[in-house]
Amino acid sequence: MAISILIPSPMRRFTEDQDTLTFESATTVDDILAQLVARYPDTKRPLRDDAGNIRRSVNIYVNDEDIRFLQNKDTVLKDGDSISIVPAIAGG
Amino acid sequence: MAKVLGLRCKECGEVYPKNPVHVCELCFGPLEIIYNYDEIASRLTKSKILDGPLSMWRYADLLPIDGDPTVGRQVGYTPLVKADNLAKVLGVRELYVKNDSVNHPTLSFKDRVVAVALSKAREFGFDTVGCASTGNLANSVAAHAAEGKFKAYIFIPHDLEQGKVLGTLVYGATVLAVKGNYDEVNRLCSEVAGKYGWGLANVNLRPFYGDGSKTVAYEIAEQLGWRAPQNIVAPSAGGSLLTKIYKGLQEFHKLGLIPDLPTKMYCAQATGCCPITTMVKERSEIMKPVKPNTIAKSIAIGNPADGYYAADTCRKSGGWAEDVTDDEVIEGIRLLAETEGIFTETAGGVTVSTARKLINQGILARDESIVLCITGNGLKTQEAILGKIGHTIPISPNLASLAEALAGLGGVPETGRK
Repeated sequence: MAISILIPSPMRRFTEDQDTLTFESATTVDDILAQLVARYPDTKRPLRDDAGNIRRSVNIYVNDEDIRFLQNKDTVLKDGDSISIVPAIAGG
Repeated sequence: MAKVLGLRCKECGEVYPKNPVHVCELCFGPLEIIYNYDEIASRLTKSKILDGPLSMWRYADLLPIDGDPTVGRQVGYTPLVKADNLAKVLGVRELYVKNDSVNHPTLSFKDRVVAVALSKAREFGFDTVGCASTGNLANSVAAHAAEGKFKAYIFIPHDLEQGKVLGTLVYGATVLAVKGNYDEVNRLCSEVAGKYGWGLANVNLRPFYGDGSKTVAYEIAEQLGWRAPQNIVAPSAGGSLLTKIYKGLQEFHKLGLIPDLPTKMYCAQATGCCPITTMVKERSEIMKPVKPNTIAKSIAIGNPADGYYAADTCRKSGGWAEDVTDDEVIEGIRLLAETEGIFTETAGGVTVSTARKLINQGILARDESIVLCITGNGLKTQEAILGKIGHTIPISPNLASLAEALAGLGGVPETGRK
């Protein structure tokens, strides 16, 4: 088992076109995003603003739950979790 | 010179060529159309608008398609009703209802955005279109896809009102009822556009789609005699409509079509899903997503993509925001129907009751002009009011039975004519 991240299409040019990446382990959302950026440094700009916070135009889900309903970037991860990064889109 | 120069990220300002893309690759911010206003100003005049078709396309110079529209040529130019009866009940001087509940062809403001999105989809060469929808957009995309002979894939939450489901299926669209709420449907669709190469109205066509809403503002200003109202109350789901109405007024002002821009924008939401009004009322810079729980399903978006911009628009225009309970939504539907003879859907009930609340709070001034944006039709959301707005009186087909029934109502006035 491992923890996976689903990469949205606008970010794939920074991840060698891969739509899913897996990481052996991670403690929190913040940790796995740091690992993603360590592996693919160009993913940092869409994820974080200049102050290092997750951008307001980015939604992050752990197993289909928005992290803002969990503990945000401090949400604890476990083996087998799936993380999605989704840009905000319009409604109606 | 072209009237559309490209797309610009609303968050970081990065510029992109005119393509079916919706998010900035650098920061995931939403993209919006860059217009060449100098070029537009050189040919757009009041008389040109007045000579144009009686539809939203009289403002085609300010819409982001290159050629003539290929679908939805009759959309828009809906009535601006001077709502004197409702004004009297609410205790205000000058009140109007912008009545998009009778928009052609699917009875909601969404026909405006879809007419632009699918005309643009044709220009981009898409043969398949779709959307993520709470219902009204589904109806409109399906209808315009039929007109334009596109294949259509429509994604909706599984628990929508029957009127909205049937009003999508009837056009022959493929309707995918997703086991989840709207925000989950949206999330799925954000991946669908890229994977299948479809033109999704509110995903990869979003920058073009959204600007169709500007025509609500153009029409209000023209119908008021080339002036902007002092106050506009609009319902918010994703938050786009409210921001685009204001953008439309700003453009008219910039182009000299209206003399000034005094308009304050007010956002209306249901208390069971009010991330935008909460942000405004708490004067917060952070929008907290919510899990929707309201009968106003058409505006039940817990994680509104344009929420920040809608809240900003309320603030910078000097307006405010308020939300109302489901009971108040029903009262609002009934009040508009009983005073003005306009049957709106739940989102319209939200708008009417929010306006009443803001007036009673002293936030909306009683002596100023107010426009309520009624965006959808009540025939589509009948479940919401079923059993809550009175009942029929059964009688037999004879006068005795009628007399008995009327006596049960306390009798009738002496004469039925004045």
